[in-house]
Amino acid sequence: MIPFDYQPAENAEGAVATVARAPEATFLGGGTNLVDHMKLGLARPSLLVDVTTLPLDRIETLPDGGVRIGAGVRNSDAAAHPTIRERYPALAEALLSGASGQLRNLATTGGNLLQRTRCVYFQDVTTPCNKREPGSGCSALGGYTRYHAILGASSDCVAVHPSDMAVAMAALDAVVQVTGPGGQRDIPVVDLHRLPGDQPHRDTVLSHGDLITAVDLPPAPASRHSRYRKVRDRASYAFALVSVAAALDIEDGDVRAARVAFGGVSHKPWRARRAEDVLVEGPPTESTFWDAAEAELSDAEPLRGNEFKVPLARNTLVSVLREIVSEQR
Amino acid sequence: MTDLLRPHAVATPVERLDGPAKVTGTAPYAFDHAVPNPAYLHPLQAAVARGRVTDIDTRPAEELDGVLAVLTHRNAPRLASDEDAELAILQSDEVAFRGQFLGAVIAETPEIARQAASLVRITVDEQEHQVQLRADHRQLYVPEEVNPTFPTDTSQGDVDLAARDAAITVDERYTTAWYHNNPMEPHSTVALWQDATLTLYDSTQGAHPVRTAIAPVLGLDPEQVRVIAPHVGGGFGSKGTAHAHLILAALAARELPGHWVKFALTRQQMFSLAGYRTPTIQRVRLAADHEGRLSGIGVDAVEQTSRFKEFAEQTGIPARTMYAARNRRSTHRLAPLDVPVPSWMRAPGECPGMFGPEVAMDELATACGLDPIELRIRNEPHVDPESGKPFSSRNLIACLRDGAHRFGWDGRDPTPRGRRDGRWLVGTGVASSTYPVHYIPGSAATVRYLGEGRYRVEVSATDLGTGARTVLAQIAADALGVGVERIELGIGDTALPVATVAGGSSGTISWGSTIVEAARIFRHEYGDNPSEGDEAAGTTPENPAAERFAMRAFGAQFAEVRVHEDTGEVRVPRLLGVFAAGRIINPRTARSQLIGGMTMGLSMALHEESVLDPRFGHIVNHDFAEYHVAANADVGALDAHWIDEDDPHVNPLGAKGIGEIGIVGTAAAIVNAAYHATGVRVRELPVTLDKFLH
Ligand SMILES: Cc1cc2nc3c(=O)[nH]c(=O)nc-3n(C[C@H](O)[C@H](O)[C@H](O)COP(=O)(O)OP(=O)(O)OC[C@H]3O[C@@H](n4cnc5c(N)ncnc54)[C@H](O)[C@@H]3O)c2cc1C
Ligand code: SF4
Repeated sequence: MIPFDYQPAENAEGAVATVARAPEATFLGGGTNLVDHMKLGLARPSLLVDVTTLPLDRIETLPDGGVRIGAGVRNSDAAAHPTIRERYPALAEALLSGASGQLRNLATTGGNLLQRTRCVYFQDVTTPCNKREPGSGCSALGGYTRYHAILGASSDCVAVHPSDMAVAMAALDAVVQVTGPGGQRDIPVVDLHRLPGDQPHRDTVLSHGDLITAVDLPPAPASRHSRYRKVRDRASYAFALVSVAAALDIEDGDVRAARVAFGGVSHKPWRARRAEDVLVEGPPTESTFWDAAEAELSDAEPLRGNEFKVPLARNTLVSVLREIVSEQR
Repeated sequence: MTDLLRPHAVATPVERLDGPAKVTGTAPYAFDHAVPNPAYLHPLQAAVARGRVTDIDTRPAEELDGVLAVLTHRNAPRLASDEDAELAILQSDEVAFRGQFLGAVIAETPEIARQAASLVRITVDEQEHQVQLRADHRQLYVPEEVNPTFPTDTSQGDVDLAARDAAITVDERYTTAWYHNNPMEPHSTVALWQDATLTLYDSTQGAHPVRTAIAPVLGLDPEQVRVIAPHVGGGFGSKGTAHAHLILAALAARELPGHWVKFALTRQQMFSLAGYRTPTIQRVRLAADHEGRLSGIGVDAVEQTSRFKEFAEQTGIPARTMYAARNRRSTHRLAPLDVPVPSWMRAPGECPGMFGPEVAMDELATACGLDPIELRIRNEPHVDPESGKPFSSRNLIACLRDGAHRFGWDGRDPTPRGRRDGRWLVGTGVASSTYPVHYIPGSAATVRYLGEGRYRVEVSATDLGTGARTVLAQIAADALGVGVERIELGIGDTALPVATVAGGSSGTISWGSTIVEAARIFRHEYGDNPSEGDEAAGTTPENPAAERFAMRAFGAQFAEVRVHEDTGEVRVPRLLGVFAAGRIINPRTARSQLIGGMTMGLSMALHEESVLDPRFGHIVNHDFAEYHVAANADVGALDAHWIDEDDPHVNPLGAKGIGEIGIVGTAAAIVNAAYHATGVRVRELPVTLDKFLH
């Protein structure tokens, strides 16, 4: 760990200006990811600007009936919030399925979105990794791929984004509020994370100095019938092999709206638009579910060692849809 | 040995004497020892699996403020002995495995040490390496013996012939993964070199064994080394032998005489420097008649060792004595690889060695249309098949029957994939457990009368969190005929009378019998009314019965497994073990040991796997986020029981070891239950969800 300076942020604009000025400065949330990276030598910030001191720790109802979650809200508080639990159960479930109780008590909404991949080669400075050191090569190709992508990967990087929370947010059409050096802007969660392409070192579309201030959840009737299902290698405290966030709005026996996102399969939370298209405007039957899964996964390109993720993603999606429908009956 | 200790305190659930200190955080573990002005060590490690160091540029590290010393093979003192190649560090430019120590930075703070270490530039001329165990490895060889001193191969009759003539055979390959012990407390040591003596606060399974191992390496007499280990946060075998970090810390301390040096391995470093269990590839053959009577048992194990030092896990051992069969064979072959040296891990031999055979027994039961418990009963030997000696006690059948009753086994429909609960497929399975009685000579104990009815009892035993401190006090109390509160116990210090390692489930019975002997001598010399300061010493008494009997503990484990039809997720809602391990000294701590072992067995079944990347030669999932051990949510209803077993032959306590048997057989029971649930027979651990997906 190299020496660094620490500064509690006083206001959002000031924090942004401070970080934007110093190329080696970075925001500090709960530190559960960043501090690990500093110890492992992956991150070497010269200055940490602690944004948990900002008044971004509230969950508010918006005039349109949506909900705003401050970037500093701890994962455990968001998961326990009555409005979230009632209106966005998939999000509460996703949050609770992540990490451990202790970590969730520290982890923030902003930090969770921007946590980096758990690819074991990325996390080990002794192995080549294009994400950590552009141009050095991708060690995962031909290596340990159990936790790697089956969708949207490139020949430069096959890592996945590890957040559970972000997958539920992607399915629920959440929008990220960002304050940057150039001012304030909105970014839908589905557009926040990038596919790796030939620039895997860029996880998101954010630039240096961009501060996440909140995430807005739109009011959506279907979100009440939403589920998050995480499949992993142990019953708790493990990253997703595959996860599914789904919401169905069923009226008169037909699906009016469908929202589906996969986690654990791609460099970003994978919004499954093709599956959604198959699901809408028809009755929610078992065969439609299989068709939907098939439509989304027909392009999947598993790696040697994670072929099982294709049937796992398919089966998990069908399983979750089945569950949602049986609950709405 | 018929003078069994009469139990008063023994066999009662005395609470851990050090419990309050532990839960209030006041029990000092090795690194916790407050020493004046300590320096901190951070190691330099090889980032290739094989090669030669051509250059080490330490200047950037040395220039950093707060750095006290940098050690490499270029400036490290010569060691007095390189007999133990694992301990002979910094003696040459050779790299024998990835992660090997190439040096150390010692600095005023751990942060500076770590930063400085990251600045050292090491250039290595990399050579081709081989790190992957394969059954057809070209250099497989026959070790002279297997751990600790068992014959490598045994053969009685002819298993090939038995298999050819048998009505029913099972001939399958089973594999166990590469495992790391991962005790909670990392390997840590705090070292001081002063006036030609070395003092270590160490996290070890044996203060004296550590001293014996490292003194000659450092050119010291054992008396010049003091090892102190009052509390140890687990070891599971990985702290049973001295590892290289001790030498590194000692060399650093020698470099800075009079200065305490603190060194704790990081979790990641533990994956290359603290031992591990070799992966095993087991070919298991069973030959039987239609009624399931075995005529042949064969186990051929292939495993790995490091090229620079041999360790041969005794995987084939349990099959030598488990079931009656005229024809028996067991073999061990080793692949020498460019990897860290394997070592002890909870129940070496028995743990992996009861996986293949106990799954094979289940396969045989299916093939014969027999209940797996009945199959085992039919093959119960009357004497130890290996030695021909009678067992001092053997209650496998009683464990199976008692367990079956408690578990609700009777009336089980053996059809696979026959029960479900919603989308979960449900099954049950059983397997046997066994572990030898290791009664190890060589400990000594003293008893001194302190006046006012109090006694000080000393033996340099170690308590790894097992409860050794508590059970030894119970034994001492009964041996002296006083209450437990009258005993003041001294353990974990080479300044005390010598004790053997806390390993092989030998501690309680070996140290305990030594205390009984010392107390006997004390009472013989001083009677029931001693004077203050009266003292007697005793050593581990011999057990003549050891020649006449085969001595082992046995058990039966039952598992309920659920496999999700859609996702393949595996859950174990119920796990039950019933054991026959002689007299149970303390039901409370014994239960912890047994359910702890079973939990570790569950973990081995479902989760644990050190994933090797053969290109780099290291374990890539080298931390607790990626190397999965069972979490609370993975453990369902877990219970351990034991049957009353009187064994007058094993030792004066009538007890057998219980530290390891709990992990033996668990994985097989779970795999067998998973088969019953799904009809899918998994022969490769761990049992992960992908094995059930299609
Ligand atoms: C052992 C372990 C297991 C875990 N398991 C899971 C799991 O199963 N599922 C899961 O989803 N997660 C898991 N996590 C990850 C955990 O959720 C993240 O570490 C956590 O959410 C990060 O939040 P933080 O506030 O601590 O972020 P930090 O570590 O403080 O920051 C992470 C990144 O976000 C940046 N940042 C923080 N706040 C802001 C902001 N407001 N604006 C802009 N940038 C910001 C930081 O600069 C940094 O780059 C696990 C973590 C560990 C250590
Ligand atoms: S998958 Fe991506 S993160 Fe992992 S090694 Fe390859 S480039 Fe690095």
